[in-house]
Amino acid sequence: MAVQAVESAITRPVFGPAVALSCRECGERVPLGPVFACAVCFGPLEVAYDFDLPAGDPEALRRRIEAGPPNIWRYAPLLPVPADVADSPNLNPGFTKLVRADNLARELGVTGGLYVKDDSGNPTHSFKDRVVAIAVEAARAFGFTTLSCSSTGNLAGAVGAAAARAGFRSCVFIPHDLEAGKVVMAAVYGGDLVGIEGTYDDVNRFCSELIGDPLGEGWGFVNVNLRPYYGEGSKTLAYEICEQLGWRIPDQIVVPVASGSQLTKIDKGLKELIALGLVEDRPYRIFGAQAAGCSPVSQAFKGGHDVVRPVKPDTIAKSLAIGNPADGPYVLDIARRTGGAVEDVTDAEVVDAIRLLARTEGIFAETAGGVTVGVTRKLVEHGVLDPSLTTVVLNTGDGLKTLDAVAAGPTAVIRPSLDAFRAAGL
Amino acid sequence: MSVTVRIPTILRTYTSGQAEVQAAGATLAEVIADLEARHSGIAARVLDDSGRLRRFVNVYVNDDDVRFEQGLETPTPDGSAVSVIPAVAGG
Repeated sequence: MAVQAVESAITRPVFGPAVALSCRECGERVPLGPVFACAVCFGPLEVAYDFDLPAGDPEALRRRIEAGPPNIWRYAPLLPVPADVADSPNLNPGFTKLVRADNLARELGVTGGLYVKDDSGNPTHSFKDRVVAIAVEAARAFGFTTLSCSSTGNLAGAVGAAAARAGFRSCVFIPHDLEAGKVVMAAVYGGDLVGIEGTYDDVNRFCSELIGDPLGEGWGFVNVNLRPYYGEGSKTLAYEICEQLGWRIPDQIVVPVASGSQLTKIDKGLKELIALGLVEDRPYRIFGAQAAGCSPVSQAFKGGHDVVRPVKPDTIAKSLAIGNPADGPYVLDIARRTGGAVEDVTDAEVVDAIRLLARTEGIFAETAGGVTVGVTRKLVEHGVLDPSLTTVVLNTGDGLKTLDAVAAGPTAVIRPSLDAFRAAGL
Repeated sequence: MSVTVRIPTILRTYTSGQAEVQAAGATLAEVIADLEARHSGIAARVLDDSGRLRRFVNVYVNDDDVRFEQGLETPTPDGSAVSVIPAVAGG
């Protein structure tokens, strides 16, 4: 009943240009509310817009965006948030560096321009700050008092931090055996952190059940009942990449795939920029990257299937270890529609790719970044990714969170003497 | 075989708001058929036109995802707990 009362009080400006939720599967439309699955077919609901923007004058909109704050709120006119969102207490994520990666390009044989979108620069050092920022605004609008999520680690930290800043209680759920860096990052902000004895998919199932129970009353689960809003945050990756390339769509983008939400929203963001005339309408190819130990989407792509068969994850890339990816079928659709692909690499290749990115560009990626760089290398080697085209690779998190994955240490330990240094042969 | 079925919020319009209902059947298919008999219309929400589980529905029998078991033919022993959950969460 509380939710119904909140829904009736919602006015359109709270959600900016958003006008409804629409089922991606069957097209059913429902009012904006804290719902995530279609009541007709169980398909995912996503935000539908009526952009109130100056028609036929993309240059004016580009100038308006460029004059905005150096974070995702410069794109507020394209997001389900109020126009004055930048005044609300939040972490102001985004506008991270797009690094021209010439050294890495030489190693991989890419000649058309290679860039790394380095989202480790976000407030809690992963892209999750983007999606959480949008979910927090929705949580405010719906009157929730507790923020929650199921998480493979990065999201738990992002929710904890955003809740602390915005004045929500937080209670987040993770698999009990995550990397120490991610556990500390999730716990330090003072909210409740609960380890679940099981995989991420078990955690996700638990949260889905909790949401329908009185125990979860008044809780906004950013990636469950707020998921339609949350997902929109990933569009800002597409907006930023294009703006940072001089309002141009890259030819190829390599995106990590866990649930697949990020990849689908990057595609949505690119289509919006084209529809609004902010970028030239030209072909682009989107590639998905998974770890071999959790590669249900990659296996489906390579097998020619349009259904993703769930798997039991076994990989060091824990931030991508979702065995039953919610948006997997849409990742397949997008990869095929755009002429891209979905590929996977072994854990050894992930570690090697982390080291490759670090030694060539000075970027220390978490395992998910190792997956995208490793898959990029594999796609080039197999002739699937065109090295003569402009390519952007996503690094979605900071290597400091997954230190255990990379066994790095001193080249030598010596006495503080010139003789000892000479003897070390360095 | 009597089992307890956990109903997601979006299907509770079919169960008069109840979060848990009882049903009978030796397999998941039989349980869903019995649910339909007791709560008309609910089967069409869970199954597609071909009678298969919709791709965005997860069903668990005693904590096991039926996609890793025998799908609709997964046995539902007496006292089992069946949980129906939207698949579009997480990530």
